[in-house]
Amino acid sequence: MSTLAQLQVGESINEVQLAPVSRMDLIKYSGASGDFNPIHTIDEEAKKAGLPGIIAHGMWTMGNLAKLFTSYYEEGFVKDYSIRFKGMVFLNDVVTLKARLLEKQENTLRFQVQAVNQQGNEVLKGEVVYHQYEVVRE
Amino acid sequence: MFKDQIGKQSNKVKNTVERGAVKKFAEAIGDLHPIYFEEDTGRLSRYKNNIAPPTFPRVFDYGEIEGLNLPNKGLIHGEQTFHYVRPLLVGEDVYCYSKVKNYFEKKGNFGEMGFLVLESFGEDEAGNVIFSSTSTVVISEAVRKVLVK
Repeated sequence: MSTLAQLQVGESINEVQLAPVSRMDLIKYSGASGDFNPIHTIDEEAKKAGLPGIIAHGMWTMGNLAKLFTSYYEEGFVKDYSIRFKGMVFLNDVVTLKARLLEKQENTLRFQVQAVNQQGNEVLKGEVVYHQYEVVRE
Repeated sequence: MFKDQIGKQSNKVKNTVERGAVKKFAEAIGDLHPIYFEEDTGRLSRYKNNIAPPTFPRVFDYGEIEGLNLPNKGLIHGEQTFHYVRPLLVGEDVYCYSKVKNYFEKKGNFGEMGFLVLESFGEDEAGNVIFSSTSTVVISEAVRKVLVK
């Protein structure tokens, strides 16, 4: 599918499966975002916090998910993006990103978005409201 | 203990959507699309500029809310929203601040949980809102006890 406008209600954007989560992914996100909470990078700190191991920043997964919409930048933009963090993402987890069109109104596309892990459990769930620019008809 | 903080806000802080920071951020979320960093792609786009990813506002400085002392450990990020009037442009200045929107407590699996809702804003120089966001932070009973001490 080359444009979001062609998408029918109930259809999905091609899903994206991420490479297994690595420590370097989370170190990079810490640096790029400024969120240096050590439960995302240092094993002992994660254990001290009662976790079995380091976990990905929720915002890392949320940031990744938005890329399903990036290439359509000429068509519109993400107007609303709301997420509930449902489960933790651990090292080596394989996360799949999904977006399904729920509703189409004039200039607005409402998507259900989610990220699921290799067990099929939702780690994050929410909505994207995509605003489409007016199409200039010739 | 956070209830009396509702309504408090920080002073606006001037941030710049820095070119290098946008590229690093896009790379860190595996979204290294040319619209975020390649100047020609930006110039030829409808924005006449490069833009920033929707979750980029995570990097901005929103200033301190006086009297709001959040621990840097033991918090759980429960929910996050972004609302945009338009995408952020690379190179532009954004004036950012946060306020305490709400605080409430609910019984959960791990005892009485506190939910702190912070709302943040990014405005242009004229004071027009470009984006707003809300973060819901979950604070466990155990952490709150430590804070009281």
